[in-house]
Amino acid sequence: MHLYDVPLVFALIGLVLYTVLAGADFGAGAWQMLAGRGAAGERTRDHAHRSMGPVWEANHVWLIFVLTVMWTAYPTAFGSIASTLSVPLLLAGIGIIVRGAAYALRTGAESPRELRAIDRASAVSSIVTPFALGAAVGGIASRRVPVGNAAGHLFSSWLNPTSALIGGLAVATSAYLAAVYLAADAVRVGDRDLERAFRARALLAGVLAGAIALGGVAVLHSDARPLYQGLVRGAALGALVASVLAGAATLALVWWRRFEAARYTAALAVAAVVAGWGLAQHPLLLPGLTVARAAAPHDTLVAVVVAVIAGGALLFPSLGLLFGLLLRGHLDREPGAAQPVAEGRAILAASAPGLLGRAAAACLVAGIGFLTIAEQPWAHALGVAALLAFVVLGFFALESADQARL
Amino acid sequence: MLVATPLAAALAPVHQRYLLEARQMQALSFAVHIPLVCFGIAFPALVLFVEWLHRRSGDELYLVLAKRWSKVMLALFAVGVITGTILSFEMGLLWPNFTATFGSVFGLGFAIEGFSFFMEAIFIGIYVYGWEPLSPRLHFASGIPVVIAGFTGSLMVISVNAWMNHPSGFRLHGGKVVDVDPLAALFGNSYLWHELVHMYVAAYIVTGFLVAGVYAIERLRGSWGRYQRTALAIPLTVAALAAPVQVLVGDWAARDVARSQPVKLAAIEGLAKTTRGASEHVLGWYTGGQVRDGIAIPKLLSLLAFHNPNATVKGLDTVSPARRPPVNVVRVAFQLMVGIGTALALLGVAYLVVRTRRRRLPQSVWFYRALAVAGPLSVVALISGWIVTEVGRQPWVVYRVMLTSHAVTGAGGIPVGHATLALVYAGLAAAVLWVLRRLARAPLELTVAS
Ligand code: HDD
Ligand code: HEM
Ligand code: HEM
Repeated sequence: MHLYDVPLVFALIGLVLYTVLAGADFGAGAWQMLAGRGAAGERTRDHAHRSMGPVWEANHVWLIFVLTVMWTAYPTAFGSIASTLSVPLLLAGIGIIVRGAAYALRTGAESPRELRAIDRASAVSSIVTPFALGAAVGGIASRRVPVGNAAGHLFSSWLNPTSALIGGLAVATSAYLAAVYLAADAVRVGDRDLERAFRARALLAGVLAGAIALGGVAVLHSDARPLYQGLVRGAALGALVASVLAGAATLALVWWRRFEAARYTAALAVAAVVAGWGLAQHPLLLPGLTVARAAAPHDTLVAVVVAVIAGGALLFPSLGLLFGLLLRGHLDREPGAAQPVAEGRAILAASAPGLLGRAAAACLVAGIGFLTIAEQPWAHALGVAALLAFVVLGFFALESADQARL
Repeated sequence: MLVATPLAAALAPVHQRYLLEARQMQALSFAVHIPLVCFGIAFPALVLFVEWLHRRSGDELYLVLAKRWSKVMLALFAVGVITGTILSFEMGLLWPNFTATFGSVFGLGFAIEGFSFFMEAIFIGIYVYGWEPLSPRLHFASGIPVVIAGFTGSLMVISVNAWMNHPSGFRLHGGKVVDVDPLAALFGNSYLWHELVHMYVAAYIVTGFLVAGVYAIERLRGSWGRYQRTALAIPLTVAALAAPVQVLVGDWAARDVARSQPVKLAAIEGLAKTTRGASEHVLGWYTGGQVRDGIAIPKLLSLLAFHNPNATVKGLDTVSPARRPPVNVVRVAFQLMVGIGTALALLGVAYLVVRTRRRRLPQSVWFYRALAVAGPLSVVALISGWIVTEVGRQPWVVYRVMLTSHAVTGAGGIPVGHATLALVYAGLAAAVLWVLRRLARAPLELTVAS
């Protein structure tokens, strides 16, 4: 592997994580549509919402990650892809807006009727978004995105058999992942009915996703021959076989109610498909454009790789913390009830407001001198620091020492 | 710097009939995203401060306030996330040639920003859902990364914008981008600092005045317990301190603009000809090469821009008409920002005087009426400032290197996309207002007497 391949591997890993994590979120949205009316339906929809609440935003950042890595490391390819596939990408963007807005709105809803309306909007967008993103991937994989500014067809680049296949697969996979995830969550909160319901859905969606994937081989054979040929040999074939095995294992695990383990094998199945795609297409990114030629200059690639590794060192422990709290059931309740009051401690109360206030005034004078009257960069830096100190000190003078008097 | 060689863009530029729509679609998306982002930057610090007051005093009221604010923070954050996602799509949907040509130079900023967003999203989830399960100390600690990430996130985005305004960190060789040094491009840029500080302070002004404005309206409607007084005073104090500071920072920004982007300054001031000892015009309308019906203050412009009443200020005549931004858009936006900024600073000073001298909140009804409009006005100032920066840079997307018309997509259907997005945003705005009102209406869980 060369340096110029590394960011692509990062982007593909990001894509897998987005598919698995945000996919489960979209799937949960889609299941809300089929939950039906009445108390049982409401419980289902509520469950779907609650399990996703704390992780919703974090899951969606993976898409941002993929986009930014792509445009930094393979700018020409990114420009070509985004301009040709503008329609599905805009659709996906709007879908994400609706899904996110529905999520924010749910905190304010009061009556079941409002909740149902919100969930319906969220469900539609949860189907449209993965389909549109999958269709865009299908356009790239079937070589319908040439290099150039909107050089491909505005519609046939994403309305074609391969795009339909991958879009459909994305929807089915999302539904499947969500059902597995929600079944596991139902076990955790000890709700047998919900567990049974989502287990059945997981099995159904899993079989469906498997059927689409297998039938898809024929579609690729006729519609995307180069991709097909790449997929049926070498390491790519190995990846496909691994994916089939992982998929089958997941179904079996769901059958035996081992939902926790099933999550990981499902992720593995998705990862193997994405890896297979990458391997089958290598070394081409777009028709006539190799990864090597698409890659940014050396210094940029080094900077991206270093940034991603450093960022990952911060990110993964934090994600671990979040999911750890979530899976142990610590984040199940919405904020609301009071908690015991902590021991009071006086930190700044000891310092008299007058002293802080005088220090703040001094900082203001210094700030004006250094920022507004002086001209050197170092003086400006001091001036900014002094002005920020003015705001902070002034704030504590009034709101910390004086607040209780109001 | 790089004016000598014309740029050979990575993808062949195409003629786009709807360039103006593309620009407006971009402007619309920013105008929606940036006010939300102010809450992402400034609100966590306020919530955390209130939680700290609770921990220090044991007073239940602060806890109730912090919890209610944290719900609002989460809802606004979610909307910030989705509008930001649209913006990242638009980098490719609207300006593929900008991204294709310069992604290797500026993209790193966004890539690092991505991690900032991750940290913010993760810890905001832990913070808002973690009130009960976490120990008070841990819970407080989980809010700190949110504050830091709000800062680093804006740092990264602004480093990109500063680079577009003052490009460096690469060379053009035969029209191609070579010798790329992304770190120098993003962080070795003198233009970054005033933009960053000005935006960061703006975020506290916008958040502070908007939140305080909500309780000012409650007071005008007659509900004025200790809860409302506290919830008004804390954000108001921040905004009142920040507003005068913003005038100083804005003046610094103007001096930087005078040095690095003389044409933008000429548009801001409506200065047609290069002038020695230039005067400043307040109000008025630019037409036929001069400002009409404005008030001229002799030599003030030279003094403000270069600290010398006789300094020469470059006019619009230094570039050909095709290379000038639309003067009145930039000029009016600038005057709006400065006018509002000055008014907010005065309001802030009035409050600070009452607060420090009399040790209480102002009592005049007019103060609370002014406060109710201060929030929306600060948003107007915020957007106006961005209009000055972005429209003032036109017709360049990368100043003196790449024209916006060369950056734009060749795809059809921009008006359709624009209209769709405008509708979606209108729905989004209605939805956000609805949910905020709902959250505000929820009964207070106060056990203490107010
Ligand atoms: C609450 C918001 C707010 C307020 C009260 C002000 N500004 Fe501002 N201004 C902004 C919010 C803003 C901003 C955050 O929207 C901008 C856009 C880009 C930037 O760096 O900050 C901006 C840009 C901006 C620019 C252009 C910078 C550039 O292109 O790089 C100048 C010259 C000023 N401002 C000057 C001022 C002055 C002299 C003010 C005094 C009253 C002022 N601003 C108040
Ligand atoms: C990275 C940070 C960027 C920031 C912070 C930023 C900020 C803004 C803002 C706030 C506006 C709205 C002004 C208004 O309301 O009219 C705006 C407008 C605009 N921006 Fe930027 N922008 C950024 C990047 C970009 C990029 C990547 C492009 C395109 C390549 C771009 C090109 C434009 C254009 C063409 C407009 C519309 C100007 C007009 O209406 O004449 N900006 N920008
Ligand atoms: C081209 C310009 C911009 C792009 C592409 C962009 C992109 C994004 C994205 C993708 C998010 C969501 C992050 C997440 O998923 O958590 C976001 C949020 C955010 N953006 Fe922007 N943005 C732009 C302009 C700006 C500007 C002008 C600012 C102003 C300082 C800003 C500051 C932030 C902050 C602080 C957040 C955190 C979310 C929040 O607190 O609401 N962005 N942005």
